[in-house]
Amino acid sequence: MAEYVHASGGPLFHIGRYILMVKRCFSKPERAAMYWKETLVQMSNIGVGSLVIILLISFFIGAVSAVQFAYNLSSSMVPMEYVGLIVKESMILELAPTVSCLILCGKIGSNLASELGTMRLTEQIDALEIMGVNTISYLIGPKLFAAVTMIPLLVIIAACTGIYGGMLAGSFSGYVSSTDYVSGVLMSFVPYNIKVMMIKSVVFGFVLTSISCYQGFYSHGSAIEIGKASTRAVVLSCIMVLFADLILTWLLLK
Amino acid sequence: MIEVKDVRKKFGTQEVLKGISAVFESGKNNLIIGKSGSGKTVLLKCIVGLLTPTDGSIFYDGKDYVAMNINAKNEVRRELGMLFQGGALFDSLTVEENVRFPLDMFTHMPLSEKKDRVNEVLKRVNLVNTNHKFPSQLSGGMQKRTGIARAIVMNPKYLFCDEPNSGLDPQTSIVIDELIMEITEEYQITTITNTHDMNSVIANGDKIIFLHEGNKHWEGDKVSLFESDNKELIDFIFASEFLKEARDARHDKILAKLKK
Repeated sequence: MAEYVHASGGPLFHIGRYILMVKRCFSKPERAAMYWKETLVQMSNIGVGSLVIILLISFFIGAVSAVQFAYNLSSSMVPMEYVGLIVKESMILELAPTVSCLILCGKIGSNLASELGTMRLTEQIDALEIMGVNTISYLIGPKLFAAVTMIPLLVIIAACTGIYGGMLAGSFSGYVSSTDYVSGVLMSFVPYNIKVMMIKSVVFGFVLTSISCYQGFYSHGSAIEIGKASTRAVVLSCIMVLFADLILTWLLLK
Repeated sequence: MIEVKDVRKKFGTQEVLKGISAVFESGKNNLIIGKSGSGKTVLLKCIVGLLTPTDGSIFYDGKDYVAMNINAKNEVRRELGMLFQGGALFDSLTVEENVRFPLDMFTHMPLSEKKDRVNEVLKRVNLVNTNHKFPSQLSGGMQKRTGIARAIVMNPKYLFCDEPNSGLDPQTSIVIDELIMEITEEYQITTITNTHDMNSVIANGDKIIFLHEGNKHWEGDKVSLFESDNKELIDFIFASEFLKEARDARHDKILAKLKK
């Protein structure tokens, strides 16, 4: 394993090694109880640990969106209650899943990459290997499972908080009353949009976690390298989340 | 018993191990010594399977480890214990959880039995009342002893120690050396220690292999080490002129003491 860590190559080498890593995440665990314990820890770290930042950011995104839409609609004949509808739809379809996951790329991505990188540097991963533990499955599998279960929950919370933030900002700024805003939110409901949001959040969660874990797990060298791996994890996962967003939007909203 | 046959390891074009063959015997403390960059760590990593040799074979009790698939390797690995240079303790776990980890992962023992076993090995390495401390709260020597406790908790057949004395003061180094020696004899395990600490070599060298620039330059025990006229080995052991003069002046006395 150690030489695969030190090996380096072009994009095809990394794609191949990434695919093999993901495949090994799904191999049979040595002891299911230990994996489950680790999964609960990761669920707490990823889910509970990211709640405050998601609440704050989605609140402000919803608030700013409401004020901007209201400002643009104020000079037109469109009724102000449409602000609620537009904020709701944009939060569900794009802002909650994509922006939340971009924030999580920074928070979770750097955290995972530096955690695994430090474990590599201090030989903790080697210690697990020598014990006969499938290190990829034990260290990365629970993180992936925790991410694809907790990130959709965070995205649902983000969408609700953003819509609520829009209502408060609209009424405080005087552009749109709470009553108009709420009637706009309730104007139409497309269950398929919720499905799109959930699919996006699961895919983004998987992408950002797996890329960050890959960067951390295969980092080597010194503390500087861990810093670089952490930066690469954030940058690459942000780019891949946006790329996946484009592909999913094309596929799901044809 | 571990047998290494003509093991070679290349990184790109650089050949780090140039055909090493050796036999590491059970119940003995086998030492790999040599200067920094001589290939000691690469050889140890090849033996435990963290690196795959470019060529050659490694046999664990006659079974070819290099040719095994990952599942068979993992079976052998459950009989290995390793003490890492920096301890390699899991930061987020307490001393007790660190030592219990292999038992939690690979055995079906009830928790009370696992705790008893952990306390037994912690007592064996002279670590008491530290169960609930985290690695960051331990001194270097205590971290090493926790590492030894974790390495022996599964009753391994083979124990590997990578620079067990690095970063320790001379007195603590002696404590760690003695502990490794005692455990090797007590459990009759095959121990391979990678070191450049000469106190360890003189105290524990049941069998010594000297590596120089990726080649096995010399093999013997602590008595024959002192009698050897291998130039590289002498330069390595008696690094300063003072030590060389002291060796010549007290040669007979030291030799008699080692032979006891």
